[in-house]
Amino acid sequence: MTTASGRGTSLTDVADDWPTLAETLRVMTFNGGFNTNVVVLATTMLGIAAGIVGVFALLRKRSLMGDALAHATLPGIAVAFIVAFALGWQGRSLPVLMVGATVSGVVGVLCVQWLLRVPRVHEDAAIGIVLSVFFGVGVVLLSVIQKLPNANAGGIDTFIYGQTAAMAPADSYLMAAVAMIAVLAAALLLKEMAIVCFNDGFARVDGWPVGLIDLLMMALVVIVTVAGLQAVGLILVIALLIIPAVSARFWTERLWLLVIVAGCIGGMSGYLGSVTSALLPRKPAGAVIVLVAGGLFLVSMFVAPRRGVLASLLRRLRLRVKIAVDHVTEFAAERGGHLDVDAVRRLGELRGWGMVLRWWLPGHLRRLGLATTVDGIRLTNAGKDRGKRVARNHRLWERYLVTHADIAPSHIDWTVDEVEHVLDADVIERLERETEAANGKAVPA
Amino acid sequence: MTLTPSLDFFPLLAALLAAATCGLLGNFLVLRRLSLMGDAISHSVLPGLVIAFLITSDRGGVAMFVGAALAGVLTVVLIEVVKKLGRVEPGAAMGVVFSVLFAAGVLLIEQAAARHVDLAADCLLYGQLETLAWFEAPTTWLGLFDTATLDAMPRSVVLLLIVAVASVVLSVLLFKELRIAAFDPGLATTQGVSATVMHYVLMTFVAAATVASFEAVGSILVIAMLIVPAVTARLLTNRLAPQLVVSVVVALMAGAGGYLAATIVPALLGAASVNAAGSMTVMAGVLLVVAAVFSPTHGLVARVVRRRRLSRRSAVDDLLARLLRHRERGTHRVPLVELKPTPGLITPARSAAFAERLGLVRHDGDALVLTDTGIERATDVVRRHRQWETYLVNEAELRPDHVHDTAEQLEHLPVKPDVTDRTDPHGRPIPGK
Repeated sequence: MTTASGRGTSLTDVADDWPTLAETLRVMTFNGGFNTNVVVLATTMLGIAAGIVGVFALLRKRSLMGDALAHATLPGIAVAFIVAFALGWQGRSLPVLMVGATVSGVVGVLCVQWLLRVPRVHEDAAIGIVLSVFFGVGVVLLSVIQKLPNANAGGIDTFIYGQTAAMAPADSYLMAAVAMIAVLAAALLLKEMAIVCFNDGFARVDGWPVGLIDLLMMALVVIVTVAGLQAVGLILVIALLIIPAVSARFWTERLWLLVIVAGCIGGMSGYLGSVTSALLPRKPAGAVIVLVAGGLFLVSMFVAPRRGVLASLLRRLRLRVKIAVDHVTEFAAERGGHLDVDAVRRLGELRGWGMVLRWWLPGHLRRLGLATTVDGIRLTNAGKDRGKRVARNHRLWERYLVTHADIAPSHIDWTVDEVEHVLDADVIERLERETEAANGKAVPA
Repeated sequence: MTLTPSLDFFPLLAALLAAATCGLLGNFLVLRRLSLMGDAISHSVLPGLVIAFLITSDRGGVAMFVGAALAGVLTVVLIEVVKKLGRVEPGAAMGVVFSVLFAAGVLLIEQAAARHVDLAADCLLYGQLETLAWFEAPTTWLGLFDTATLDAMPRSVVLLLIVAVASVVLSVLLFKELRIAAFDPGLATTQGVSATVMHYVLMTFVAAATVASFEAVGSILVIAMLIVPAVTARLLTNRLAPQLVVSVVVALMAGAGGYLAATIVPALLGAASVNAAGSMTVMAGVLLVVAAVFSPTHGLVARVVRRRRLSRRSAVDDLLARLLRHRERGTHRVPLVELKPTPGLITPARSAAFAERLGLVRHDGDALVLTDTGIERATDVVRRHRQWETYLVNEAELRPDHVHDTAEQLEHLPVKPDVTDRTDPHGRPIPGK
């Protein structure tokens, strides 16, 4: 169905909606009008702050603490409103409500800590309990507030759980301040937070105030959550606390780098998301920012070197090829250096090679100079050397596993590399002597 | 204001059904450390709801339920994918998936300019218990059981009823499979009960229960009921079957109590009623706190009592052991002042008082003397102490001057080390028997 203006209301109708290049550049360089600038700046700052702070929550395996915190702020807001109202102040005052939110959030965190000491309550359950019960208290109090006469409490929850589009300049200053606090805290306390995140038992024994540092980390999460809540709403804050940190984890293992990358990803999500939302109609900024963050997560998950999915896949494939090469050369070396086509096929079946590997392997052996591939596989000297070395490792490992690891002889298979890398020299020497004695023939050197 | 069938029956029924179903299914979630799955699903069903609405333009229909349930299952699948492929920890994986899906849902709503439709977030959060009014209700509670009136039940209550019954049937029929998959997925798979299949079956039911309950009671109550009654039940019982029953009972109590508190109590105080779903959530939390404090096995009170009993017994045993050692050196009467204070809150004087009450010691002027039963018990303690010292030196290869303190603690345990020596490492005799 379409309206008079020709703009459709169905999902697939995106005609007339694309921005021009000039428009795009203007928005991206903070020239898109005051309101847009505010939103872009504020969400970028929030993204940076949330990304940094989220790393510590992630490392403490408390990613969803932000979720619990965000929900736990509601009773504090309601209480603050009631107190202000009772004192004759303006209830809908943002600072008052934010103080209430912060206190309530901190109480929520403390409740999670307390709940963890109750027997049989685990981390996830504690977070869930605080999340739901606190929010329930808040909901009850809110319904009381709605019925207060002259309280001017209409829509107080949307007032608090803000809308990205309705941000005021004060919000961007607040975000910038929060971002600076987050960066500063991370920079100053990186060592302390690192030791508590990675080995709190050791930290405790070493005299570090683990509880205090934990509380500090959570306080940072509270600050970012409360500041973000009233600016951009619940879901966006939670998303920004989790997604950039998780994405950054794919790129690096070093803490300082993690913090920087997470901050960048968070900032980028905020920036790109709000710019996109400003340029395209009917795209709420909060949702777009989260989707951008999600996209960056997907990219990180697949593309990151070493920890990314593609990189892992490639590593695994390379290992499979190497193992297959080892098997072929050993098999061939033990049969005088030549395997006809049938023998290769049988080996492939035995070792479970897929079709692709079977097709790829001969060419690979040729490229490595280990064999010629006319009439099956014929090993070169290099190939024979490799085969003999593999066979030796095989014998030594068999001996080791039988004599030292008590494995039954029929259960041995192996896919490991040089034995020298794993066992030390005199163990190898002893294994070689024992193998010669047992087999009655010399182990290939 | 009292409860009337027309206004209160269906809301109450819906709330109780929702609470009981979620309370039941939540046990398995809590056991699998997946408590926050309810939270995740409650946010991520939004795109499912929107798409279903856009396809069928039927706001209250079964399509919405199916769409949301499918979205719920998709959520579970995506979380597993992120966990396995990305090796991300479960909480973070949930957070990523549900926030992205929720954002997609919000975008879909805006994109289709469906803002006129009441798919607002607060509807999702608090539900619409108040709208389950039933206008052709009978005027008395007995009239409820007339079949004609039951025919006019609101659709959402019917749905809840179906899901509730299905969940109970599932829990009963597949109890053993669900149990083993919850406690030891690896073992379950080797025994032929695929942990993965059980996981998806459970999650499908959770998604269905969540979605069926939303309309009536909103997501916050659903999340609460998926977690809090199960945790409460865990504090009250050690076995799974009783736990399932207790959690449903607790959930029903929270539902009924919360509803009453929301509607009747404010009326008694002259105020308007408060939000029922919120009140039920709070009630569930209150029940949890009560269980955490007063549970006979795991409660705070029970633990404090047990600890005090234990420390008193240890103090008495220590006193007896010291008196016996004096006796071995020939002093049968030990003046109280000569007993040095021990670490902890129980002074020698108080230990003596406890011991005398138990008939193990007798005051003789300002000194203490062991009674016969006291000598017997003291001998037991000292024997264990010296046996432990021998054990620690012989088996644990500790040095003789390092074993006394450890033996001091171990002597209180009702465990006898397997030692046949007649003297301890310090040369003192180990009493027989």
